[in-house]
Amino acid sequence: MTEPVLSVRNLQVEFASRRGTLRAIDGVSFDIAKGEVLGVVGESGAGKSVTGLSVIGLIDPPGRIAGGEIHLAGLRIDNLPPEEMRRVRGKRIGMIFQDPLTSLNPLYRIGDQIVETIRTHLDLSEQAARRRAIDLLAEVGIPAPEKRIDGYPHEFSGGMRQRVVIALAICAEPELIIADEPTTALDVSVQAQIISLIKRLGRDHGTAVMLVTHDMGVIAETSDRVAVMYAGRIAEIGPVQDVVKNPLHPYAKGLMGAIPTLAGDDKRLVQIPGSMPRLSAIPRGCSFNPRCAFAFDRCRVERPEPLPRGAQSVACHLYDSVPAESAA
Amino acid sequence: MLAFTLRRAIQAIGVMIAVGIIAFSMFRFAGDPVNQMVSLDTSGAERAAIRQSLGLDDPVIVQFGRYVGNAAQFKFGISYQFRLPVTDLLMERMPATLELAICATIFAMVCGILMGVYSALRRDTWLAHAFQAISLIGISLPTFLIGILLIYLFSVTLGWLPSFGRGEVVHIGWWTTGLLTLSGLKALIMPSITLGLFQMTLIMRLVRAEMLEVMRTDYIRFARARGLTTRAIHFGHALRNTLVPVITVAGLQFGSVIAFAIITETVFQWPGMGLLFVQAVQNVDIPIMAAYLMMVSLIFVTINLVVDILYTIVDPRLRSTVSRAH
Repeated sequence: MTEPVLSVRNLQVEFASRRGTLRAIDGVSFDIAKGEVLGVVGESGAGKSVTGLSVIGLIDPPGRIAGGEIHLAGLRIDNLPPEEMRRVRGKRIGMIFQDPLTSLNPLYRIGDQIVETIRTHLDLSEQAARRRAIDLLAEVGIPAPEKRIDGYPHEFSGGMRQRVVIALAICAEPELIIADEPTTALDVSVQAQIISLIKRLGRDHGTAVMLVTHDMGVIAETSDRVAVMYAGRIAEIGPVQDVVKNPLHPYAKGLMGAIPTLAGDDKRLVQIPGSMPRLSAIPRGCSFNPRCAFAFDRCRVERPEPLPRGAQSVACHLYDSVPAESAA
Repeated sequence: MLAFTLRRAIQAIGVMIAVGIIAFSMFRFAGDPVNQMVSLDTSGAERAAIRQSLGLDDPVIVQFGRYVGNAAQFKFGISYQFRLPVTDLLMERMPATLELAICATIFAMVCGILMGVYSALRRDTWLAHAFQAISLIGISLPTFLIGILLIYLFSVTLGWLPSFGRGEVVHIGWWTTGLLTLSGLKALIMPSITLGLFQMTLIMRLVRAEMLEVMRTDYIRFARARGLTTRAIHFGHALRNTLVPVITVAGLQFGSVIAFAIITETVFQWPGMGLLFVQAVQNVDIPIMAAYLMMVSLIFVTINLVVDILYTIVDPRLRSTVSRAH
C-alpha cells in the first residue's frame, strides 16, 4: 500500500479554560488514502470539527495541539512554522465550512476571491488565474461562469455559494479536502447535489476527502470508510458498508439503530439513553460506559484502546479476548 | 440608484426647511430686532420706518417665506455688530474652519484607524494597552482642557508652536489657506489635535471593536483556510469590512467636528466661523447665529447624504437592495 495522504497519530487537542484544561481530542488516529473519502461522524461536541481544524492548523487559542503527529503525504505538518503552514493551507489542504452564506467575504466579487486564492498559491498571471477561475466555476457546476464570476456572494443562492466555496477549496489542486458539515446548512435537495459534487471531484482529481458530518445518510452515500467519534475519541473506524451493516461498538450500534429506513417496518427507532458527557466531566474508563447497555466493571476503570477486528477497528472491551458472538 | 439619491436629497431639503423654521424663530424670540439696531434716542417714527423697510410688519408666514428664499440664495441679512452682510463674514471665515476641520478629521482617521487596527491585531502588547489608555483620556478629557494643556506644554514651556491664530495665510481667490506657509502649518498642529482627539479615540475604539468582530467571522476563517497571507487577510479582508461603520461615524462626526470647532477656535483664537459665532452670541447678533445654525445644518445634511451614497460604493450588497427597493 502506498503512503496515505493524511496520517493522524494519537492526536490530542486541549483547550485551556478557567476551570482547567479540557481535552477535546484524546488520542485520535486515522489514515486517509489517495482518492479515499473518510466520513467522520458523531454527535455535536464529539470532536469531529476540532479534528478537521487541527489537521489544517486552524485551532484557535485557547485551543492547541497537545500531542500526537499529523503527516500530510509524509510531511509532518502539526508543528510547522505558521508561515509554512499557511502555504500548506489552500494549496495542499482545501477546506469547506458548514455555512456557505457566511464563508465568502460579502464585499468582494467571487471572481476576485478565487483569483486571489489562486495567485496566492500558484504563479499565474491575473488573466490566467481568471481563466482558471472560470474553469473551476464550470467544474463545480455554476451555469454561465464567465458571467457569474463577476457576481457578489449575495447574488448567489446557498447551494451555488457552497459550489463557489468548493471551487475555492480546490483551486490549487489540493491533495486533501476537509469538508466540515458541508451540507448541513443547505436544503435537502441541494445537499445531494453538493455531496455528489464532492464525491466526483475527489474521484476525478484523486483527492483524499475528510467529510465531517452528523448525517449518517450522507456518510453512507459518500464515504469509503467511516470513523465514529465519541467524546473526543474514535469509537469505531472501518469500511462504510461494514460499519453501517455490522457496527461493533455499542455506540455505533446505537447510531445505526437511530437511522430511519425506507423499508417501512414500524419498529421504533432506537434511542441511546442519556447524552454525551461534557468535556469537563468525562467519566473514568470508557467514556461511553454510563450510557452503555453492555458495560461491565472493566469499562468503568480502564479506557479501551482501538482493537483491529477484520477491516474494522473498535475501541471496546467487549471485543478484547472475548468471542465476538457474545458481544451481540 | 438615481431614485435613491433623489429621495435622500428631498428628505435633506425637508430637514433644511425645519432648521430654517428654528433659525427664523430665533429672530422673534430674541426680542425686537429693531431695538438691537437702533440707539436709545431713535424716535418712534424712525423705528416704524426701519420696521417697514425690513418688512417686519408683514405676516409671519410671508416673513418666513422671504427668509427661506433669501437663505436659499445664501443671503442671511446684515450683521448687527459688523454692519456687513452675514454671508460675507461667514465666507471670509469659512476657509479657516474647514481647513481646521479637515486636518483634524484626517488626523483622527489616520491615527484612529492605525491605532485601532494595531490594538485589535496585537491585543496583548503593551503598546495596544497604551493606546487604550490614551483613548480613555481622549474620550474623557474636555476639549478646552486638552487645548490649554497643549498650549501650556508646547507654546508656553517649550515655545515650539504658536499659541493662537492661523499664522501667515496665502490667498487663493476668495479662499485663504495656511497650508502653504510654515507658520500656517505650525499653527494648524495643536488646534487639529485638540479638535480631532475625541474623534480619533472614537474611531480607534470603533475600529478595534469592529476588527475583533470581523476577525471572528466565518469568511475570515475561510480566508485563513484558503492560505491567504496574514497581510491580505488583515488589510484586504478584515479592514475593508471594518470600514463601513467607520465611514459612517467619521462622516457624521465631520459635522460635529465643524460644530465643536467653536470651542477649539475659542481656545486658540482661531479666526473661523466658530469664533465668529461665539462673538455673535456675546453681542446677541441674531443674523450671524441664525446663519451659522443654517450653515452647520447644511453641512450635516450634506454629509449624511454623501455618507449614504458612499455606503453603496463600499458595500455592494446595499447597491442591489437599493435598486431593488426603489
